[in-house]
Amino acid sequence: MESSVAIPRPTLKPRDPQPNPNQQLKIDVEHLSFFYGEKRALEDISIKIQPSVVTAFIGPSGCGKSTFLRTLNRMNDIIPGARVDGRVCIDGEDIYGPGVDVVAMRRKVGMVFQKSNPFPKSIFENVAYGLRINKMTSSKSELAGRVEESLKQAALWDEVKDRLHESALAMSGGQQQRLCIARALAVKPEILLMDEPASALDPIATQRIEELIYHLKTNFTIVIVTHNMQQAARVSDYTAFFWLGRLVEYERTDKMFTAPSEKLTEDYLTGRFG
Amino acid sequence: MMIRKIISAVFVGACGLAVVVALIPLAFVLFFVLSQGLQSLNLDFFLHNPRPVGETGGGMANAIVGTLILTTLAAAMAVPIGILSGVYLSEYRGSRFASAVRFAADTLNGVPSIVIGVFAYAVVVLPLGHFSTLAGGFALGVMMIPIIARTTEELLLLVPHTLREGALALGATRGRAVFTVIVPAALPGIITGVVLALARIAGETAPLLFTSFNNAFFSTSLTQPIASITVQVFTYAISPYEDWHRQAWAGALVLVAIVLICSMAARIAAARIVRIRGL
Repeated sequence: MESSVAIPRPTLKPRDPQPNPNQQLKIDVEHLSFFYGEKRALEDISIKIQPSVVTAFIGPSGCGKSTFLRTLNRMNDIIPGARVDGRVCIDGEDIYGPGVDVVAMRRKVGMVFQKSNPFPKSIFENVAYGLRINKMTSSKSELAGRVEESLKQAALWDEVKDRLHESALAMSGGQQQRLCIARALAVKPEILLMDEPASALDPIATQRIEELIYHLKTNFTIVIVTHNMQQAARVSDYTAFFWLGRLVEYERTDKMFTAPSEKLTEDYLTGRFG
Repeated sequence: MMIRKIISAVFVGACGLAVVVALIPLAFVLFFVLSQGLQSLNLDFFLHNPRPVGETGGGMANAIVGTLILTTLAAAMAVPIGILSGVYLSEYRGSRFASAVRFAADTLNGVPSIVIGVFAYAVVVLPLGHFSTLAGGFALGVMMIPIIARTTEELLLLVPHTLREGALALGATRGRAVFTVIVPAALPGIITGVVLALARIAGETAPLLFTSFNNAFFSTSLTQPIASITVQVFTYAISPYEDWHRQAWAGALVLVAIVLICSMAARIAAARIVRIRGL
C-alpha cells in the first residue's frame, strides 16, 4: 500500500447537512481495516450511512471497494486468512462483536453479486429459498404470495409469472440478475448490498436495474459498488471514492461530481487515472 | 507456412490413429462377447438355475439376482458414506485430516480387490462362521466408498463459489448451503459417478470368491452364500465342460449388458436433471 502520492485522510462524514441528523445511522463503520493474511486490503475506513439512501462506492479496480462492501455483511468470513479490525455497526450493533448471530445478520443485510448466481432450481424455488430456510412463511399460499410480491418488487413478475416453475438458468442475464434481487428482497432485508450488479449486463438491462434501485430506495438502504461513474451519478445520493484501500472522499453525489474536495477524486472523475 | 501445416496434419493424424488403436481392444471384447454369448443366450438362461454336469440347458437366474442383491447392498453401504465423505473432503479441503482421508481413499482405491476380499473374509466371514451375501456386499461396498467419495469431492469443487455466497447471503448456515444448494447443483454428476462405481464393482470377481462364495441354488438370504454372475462365469470358464463354457460366455454378455444399461440409464437420468434445472 506504499505510494508516492500523498493520500488525504478520509472524510468521515458528508459535510452537507443530513436530511435528518437525529435519525439513527443505518450503517456506522469506525476505523475498519481488513487483511488478507499479511496483506492489508483496507486501511482505517470510517463511514456513516443514513437509512433509505443510495450510496455508491467508486474507485479503480483493486481499490478495495468490493472488499469493503463484503465486510458489511461478513461475507469475507469465508475467505481463509481474512481478518478485520475496527467496528461495523448496523442499527447500532457491532456485527463483528461477540455473540453476533451472523446468519440472522445476513438476513437483514441482503446482497446481490456481480455475476448473477441463481441456484440451479426453478424461478419460484430461487425466490422461495430464503423464505424456506429461514422459515419465514407458515403456509403455502403465504409463501407463494411473498414470492409474487418479491418478483413484483424486482420488476420481474410480468415476465416470469407464466413460467415460475421453469429453470432459473434459462432466463436472460438481465432477468437472472433481477431474480437475484428478488431473491434477496424476499427475506425482507433492511439493507441491500450490490456488488457491481449491472457490470455484466447490456445497456437496457442495466437501465432496468437502475430504475429498480431508484424505486427500492424508499424501503431499503442501498449500497452499490460500481465501476461506472455515470451509473454512480445516476443512481446514488452519496458517493464514496476509494483508492488503494482507503476512503478518499465521501460526499453528496451531486457535489462530488461537480466540485470534489480532493484533487485525487477530481483526477479520477475526470479520467486522469484508474 | 507449409511446414507448419504439414506438422499439424501429422499430429492430428497421429491422434486419430491413437484413438483407433485404443478402441481396438474394446471392439474385440464386444465382438467376442457378443458373437459367443448370443449363441448360448436364451430365455432359459434368465429363468433357470444351473443344472448339474451332464444335463444340458439351465441358466444363471440365481446369479443374476445374486449380483443385483450384492450390488444393492454395496450401494446401500457406500453411497451415504461415500457422498458424506466427499462433502467433508470438499468442505474441509485444507485441513490435515482431510488430506489424510484423501490419501487413505486414494490408497484404498488402489488396493487390489483380492485384498479387499481377504479383509471382508476376516471381519465378516470369520465372525459369522460362514460365507454370506452380507460379506460379499460389504467387500464390494468397501471398494465403492473411495470411488464415490473422490468423485463427489471433485464434482462439489466444480460448483461455482458464487452459489455458496448466494445461499449464505440469504441467511443460510454453512450446512444448509451445502445440502440445499451445493450438493443439488452437483447431483447429476454425483449420480453418474455412483452408477459408474456400481458398474465397476458389478464386474468384480476376486472380492466375492471367499465372501459371498457361490451357490448353485436360488437364494435371496443375506446370511447364506449367494451366486453372482462373475463368480459363476469364473467357475464355468475354468471347467472342462463345453456346455459350461457356453454358459460362461452368455454370463459375460449379460454382465456387459447390465453395465452398459446402467451407464446409459445414469447418463439419461443426469441429462434429464440437467435439462429440468437448466444446469
